[in-house]
Amino acid sequence: MTFRDHHNEGRIFSTRLLWSAVIVLALMGVLAGRMFWLQAIQHDRYTTLSDKNRVQTQAIAPPRGLIYDRRGELLADNQPDFSLALIVEQVPNINDTLALVAEKVALEEADIERFWRRVRSPRRPWEPVPLRARLTEEEIARVAVIQHELPGVRIDANPIRHYPYDELFSHVLGYVNRINAEDLERMTPDEQANYSGTHFYGRLGVERHYERLLHGRVGFRKVETNARGRILEVLEQIPPLPGEDVHLHLDIRVQQAAWDALGERRGAVVAMDPRDGGILAFVSRPGFDPNLFVTGISHRNYSEYRDDLDRPLFNRALQGQYPPGSTLKPIAGLAGLDAGVTDWQRTMWDPGYYRLEGQTRVFRDWRRQGHGWVDMHKSIVESCDTYFYDMGFKLGIDRMHDFMVRFGLGDRTGIDLPGESRGIMPSRAWKRAVRGEPWFHGDTINASIGQGYMLTSPLQLAVSTAVFARRGEPVVPRVAQLHPPASPIEPALTPDSRHWDRMTAAMVDVVHGARGTARAMGQGAKYRIAAKTGTAQVFSLGKDEEYNAEEIAERLRDHALIVGFAPADNPAIAVAVLVENGGSGGSSAGPVARQVMDAWLLNRAGELEIPPVAVPGAVPALMADNR
Amino acid sequence: MNTEFLRQMPSSRSFAGSGNGLLWRLHLDSPLLAALLVLCGAGLLVLYSAGDGNPDLVVRQAIRLGGGFMALLILAQVPPRTYRFWAPAVYAGGLFLLVLVLFIGTEAKGAQRWLTVPGVGSFQPAEIMKLAVPAMVAWYFSERSLPARFRDVLLVLLITLVPVLLIARQPDLGTSLLVAAAGLLVLFVAGLSWRLILAALSLLAIAAPLMYFFVLHPYQRRRVDTFFNPEADPLGAGWNIIQSKTAIGSGGISGKGWLNGTQSRLDFLPESSTDFILAVLAEEGGLIGVLMLLGLYLAVIGRGLFISWQAQETFSRLLASSLALTFFIYVFVNIGMVSGLLPVVGVPLPLISYGGTSIVTLLAGFGILMSIHTHRKLMSHH
Repeated sequence: MTFRDHHNEGRIFSTRLLWSAVIVLALMGVLAGRMFWLQAIQHDRYTTLSDKNRVQTQAIAPPRGLIYDRRGELLADNQPDFSLALIVEQVPNINDTLALVAEKVALEEADIERFWRRVRSPRRPWEPVPLRARLTEEEIARVAVIQHELPGVRIDANPIRHYPYDELFSHVLGYVNRINAEDLERMTPDEQANYSGTHFYGRLGVERHYERLLHGRVGFRKVETNARGRILEVLEQIPPLPGEDVHLHLDIRVQQAAWDALGERRGAVVAMDPRDGGILAFVSRPGFDPNLFVTGISHRNYSEYRDDLDRPLFNRALQGQYPPGSTLKPIAGLAGLDAGVTDWQRTMWDPGYYRLEGQTRVFRDWRRQGHGWVDMHKSIVESCDTYFYDMGFKLGIDRMHDFMVRFGLGDRTGIDLPGESRGIMPSRAWKRAVRGEPWFHGDTINASIGQGYMLTSPLQLAVSTAVFARRGEPVVPRVAQLHPPASPIEPALTPDSRHWDRMTAAMVDVVHGARGTARAMGQGAKYRIAAKTGTAQVFSLGKDEEYNAEEIAERLRDHALIVGFAPADNPAIAVAVLVENGGSGGSSAGPVARQVMDAWLLNRAGELEIPPVAVPGAVPALMADNR
Repeated sequence: MNTEFLRQMPSSRSFAGSGNGLLWRLHLDSPLLAALLVLCGAGLLVLYSAGDGNPDLVVRQAIRLGGGFMALLILAQVPPRTYRFWAPAVYAGGLFLLVLVLFIGTEAKGAQRWLTVPGVGSFQPAEIMKLAVPAMVAWYFSERSLPARFRDVLLVLLITLVPVLLIARQPDLGTSLLVAAAGLLVLFVAGLSWRLILAALSLLAIAAPLMYFFVLHPYQRRRVDTFFNPEADPLGAGWNIIQSKTAIGSGGISGKGWLNGTQSRLDFLPESSTDFILAVLAEEGGLIGVLMLLGLYLAVIGRGLFISWQAQETFSRLLASSLALTFFIYVFVNIGMVSGLLPVVGVPLPLISYGGTSIVTLLAGFGILMSIHTHRKLMSHH
């Protein structure tokens, strides 16, 4: 054994123990200092972080306002819908889970695509990502059975929009579907905040125009959640302000009558009450099922609609552009009378065509053999073209244009629906600007029977008919009973009231007279109807071609038109009907107009009973900037 | 031998603890035992809160603590010279078991750390090394004179690093770190020259980046990355440390009150009953609670250092001081990591964190400390 210096060893050891104690104390001081830094100096910062952790502000979507017709019939309501969603953070393997779910629930490729898009887009963690909506009860049951094998999969019940009448109101109500990034981009920050927590946004129609009103005001609640986002306690709540209900002027009976009367034909019907501008029926056939769009239309359904030759997604009543044809004659006649280029006594010979002096071009009358001696009254009743060629030429395009725009033709009517088309009421300035050509006499002659460049929508025809029924006083059409009485589009016309009486009488003879072009619609009417038929050419005939409906394809046949109002001496309804490729207006469009009028003017016992004018409800503050 | 005997005579009676005869006869050190009991009792309270008021966790922990105190009581009866005699054999056995783990160990959470003995259960051989390595190093020096020479240093490094590398391979960074500390701390108190210490520290500074790229597992590397920039991955690896700091900081001076810590109650704090339990205590007990805990730890460590200062021969001195200082390393690494001072390594808060065999090992270590203290008097009567 070597010699050991125990004293020295003890000293060394003691020194090192002392050092150890010093180091331990110093490091303990570091720990205490660190804790002091975190808990005393940085306390406020971490308290905020801790509260932000546990307290979440959640938006509560307001229930969407309901839409009623004037009789209180529900046209759009909210129904619970069961949808399947994934909390991605809880799902161990998304692909496996999707495969398992697909065994129990029908999943389309589009569902899965949309799901992945949502997973990848910026979102709050632990927020459910929707996979499929509209689960059937059977599917819910099948998923419930294997719920324990599917962590992170949940079935939620959410209210969604429901349209009980499917197609019937599709073009006037529009629909709602999922709100998207572009919608939000167009909004002010305030509006965006108001849409937090909301999934739906109005598209087209009433749903779009009254979106802000129907949507309401978002509510909030502050909740304490755990790290998995589960709500443990509601700390504070501001309830949402439900969307306003909207009552429409539309009458389900009139709408249904118009829909049924059109039958399987393509076309449009607009009926309004000339007394207050309320739209009573607004039909475009074929329609579509708006319910399909609410939770995202499937690719298959959408391409079916898109590729359909009948264009069911096209709103003919609002956006269709058709030459008004002879339906324009009463207004054109008034214009000629007002300007003094003709009067009720003047007669002329109609050989079946009209030729300008010194020109070779011939303007044909629709009746090849002509109408013989004609005056204004007969020209309206039998729809003589030659009389109006002559009168129009004498009137000139400038006076004709200025008169007709006062009936709301060739401009937007200002209806409370989005996407209205303007139509065309041609003038010299218009032709130079659009066509870059000067105006020719032939253009005036075509315009005087509503052909040529002139284009109008069925809605415009209904409005111009209402203005006629109001004896020149302008009116703004309204779908919803919300707006204050509309401001006039043009100052009221003040022609000689005798002209209105006689023109109305001529229009009554169109229906009730022995030679009227719309005799078919007057059979057994309990009231007097004033109307005018029309034909919109789909294509121009060649110089000497014969028109033969049998020989041309059905889709190239003329569109049939009719406008009218009733009762003639106390108008309570104005109607415009378009039947695409319907041929003659009197026989195909006329009966449609008659059924619409009956539905409005007759009670259930079949007796004349003119409904009172709707009293517009109180005007909500929100409306002021929603027009 | 004679001189040693004489030198130790005068100091031996002053701390004999004549007043507590029963505890002394049971070879228990009353100040250390009191501090440990208070610490473990406080630990159960914190655990009750961390476990969301689930009594199961507390009951199981209490049973484990009971087992630990039994081990403490038994090991305190064994005289230090018996430990010295058995140190090499236990060390060799431990090494054998570590090698065995590599081949037939049970895997859990991607690490192979456990040996399953049929009918008995599973245990971690690495735990044995927490005691066997310092005992082995102390045994080595007990036959040699201090201070440690260069040759001694190399041998001690060999004794320490072989088990450390085996444990690190499992992989278990936390335990290997503690075993390395246990061995190297003996070297420090054995008088390793400051020059060598400084040289080793500078070597470590150079080796650290190399270790990072060539030795660390990817998950360990990620922990280091996260340590330097926790906000880079706030929902992934950085989540733990952000939430832990939030819990501590939001506790403030006086804390949110027992069972009122939102961070752990609402599950934002991960591993709240194991490695991150300090955050629960800091959130609910505030700075006051943390300082009380640090005070208790300091009392335990201080008593341990005092015991080693009073010890009469080299083996006891070195082993006792290593046990006391390793306990401190536990405390420092855990609190440092939970408060964001150190990278996250899997080291529990001693005697407070739930589970693990570490509680039994720790209390066994305190049993050895008490044995060293209480057998001193008997030796002095030689």
